Amino acid sequence: MGMLSLVVAQFEGEPIVRWQWIVDHLDDVWSRGLQHVVLTGSSVTIGLAIAFPLAVLASRHRWTIPPVTWAIGILYTIPSFAFIFLLLPITGLSQTTVGIPLVAYSILILFRNTLAGLDSVEADVREAAIGMGLSRRQVLWRVEVPLAVPVIIAGVRIAIVSAIGLVTIAALIGRGGFGQFILLGLDTFFPTPLLLGVVLSVALAILADLLLLGLQRLVTPWSTPGGTRTVAT
Amino acid sequence: MEIITDGFSWLTDPANWSGSNGVPIRVWEHLQLSLIALTIATVIAVPLGLAIGHTGRGRFISVQVANIGRSVPSLAILGLVFLIAVERVPALAFGSLPTIVALAALGIPVILINTYVGIDQVDRETVEAARGMGMSGMQVLRRLEVPLATPLIMTGLRLAAVQIVATAGLAALIAGGGLGRYVIDGFYQRENDRMVAGAILIAAISVLTDLVFTLLARLAAPRLTSGSKGSGKIPA
Repeated sequence: MGMLSLVVAQFEGEPIVRWQWIVDHLDDVWSRGLQHVVLTGSSVTIGLAIAFPLAVLASRHRWTIPPVTWAIGILYTIPSFAFIFLLLPITGLSQTTVGIPLVAYSILILFRNTLAGLDSVEADVREAAIGMGLSRRQVLWRVEVPLAVPVIIAGVRIAIVSAIGLVTIAALIGRGGFGQFILLGLDTFFPTPLLLGVVLSVALAILADLLLLGLQRLVTPWSTPGGTRTVAT
Repeated sequence: MEIITDGFSWLTDPANWSGSNGVPIRVWEHLQLSLIALTIATVIAVPLGLAIGHTGRGRFISVQVANIGRSVPSLAILGLVFLIAVERVPALAFGSLPTIVALAALGIPVILINTYVGIDQVDRETVEAARGMGMSGMQVLRRLEVPLATPLIMTGLRLAAVQIVATAGLAALIAGGGLGRYVIDGFYQRENDRMVAGAILIAAISVLTDLVFTLLARLAAPRLTSGSKGSGKIPA
């Protein structure tokens, strides 16, 4: 392990943070941050665009629930690390290679939550709306969806936070947002970018989590602290 | 799609099944890393979750901390643990130790939250009744709360196990072993078949982990819920 002592020596002479390096790389920080946010945001948006109609369909035609859940469930069990490298030979070092797993994971989370949200609407409420002469479409958009919004937002929150974590893994193919700094630090045995990447990616995840929690509280002022995210099943 | 079949032909080549870089060794390393990490996470998170659920003390803070912990990216945990290891115990910084610590840290939040919620959701009146029958706090925990919380605790263990097995591939980034070796080495050396084979193995082993823990959960389920549909409902 000659390499080991060399590497350790390299680390030993090195301060934990070289502030000058960070100042010199603010451009990178900005562009990687943008990459992280755009990848996360677009994947979850596409995921919602697919999951929402699927959930509406499933709430109307219950028999579709098991096959749909089963199909997305299979995709969900493929670890992101493996998923990215399975796609790599097909889609190359592109945005798509990261996007497909991210969208797939978002779909499952958002499908479950949207369906749970729609299901949480009481039958009495639905019947009252129909009794007032609302069409099926109106019942959906004016009654069911607004009532389901809190649970849907809870799903968006989980989807976004997990997507932020998954993007960092994509650093291996150069699409990792803040994760790129972590990988650079690991590859070059340079603590500054390593720590920078850790701090920024954690901060982004926590910030997104808190912002969406705030939004969740805003639309459901009656809910108790602790929220809907307590149990994972 | 051809590349996927290339991955499978790599897997069926006997040459890849022998030696220190052979499939059996790498699978064993992967499982070993994961199992040690899961054990550490369980030993820390289950008693803590039981204590919080049983006493109700410190639940707000621990649930918040666990929720935040769950949002921390796995690569960030690995990077941070590695950095600390290099600074504090440089001799152990490369290889298994940082990976095991990072993987254990990754598994703790979900086990902790599910254990806590499992205990917390036990009907208070049932607990009161048990108390009224003269059970001590420990007896209530052991004979009532833990059995009733078992399904949720097992769910926590399953989720943690799958997450740990799925993430253990990252060990290869800091010179560790396991199946991530094939993926990372295959990637950097442009051997797509090896890379894909590694990814297939990691995916397969994650799915198997999920199945094994689903089965374990079924075996561990308390009598009163097994067999009845809609299990998990607590008879009040």
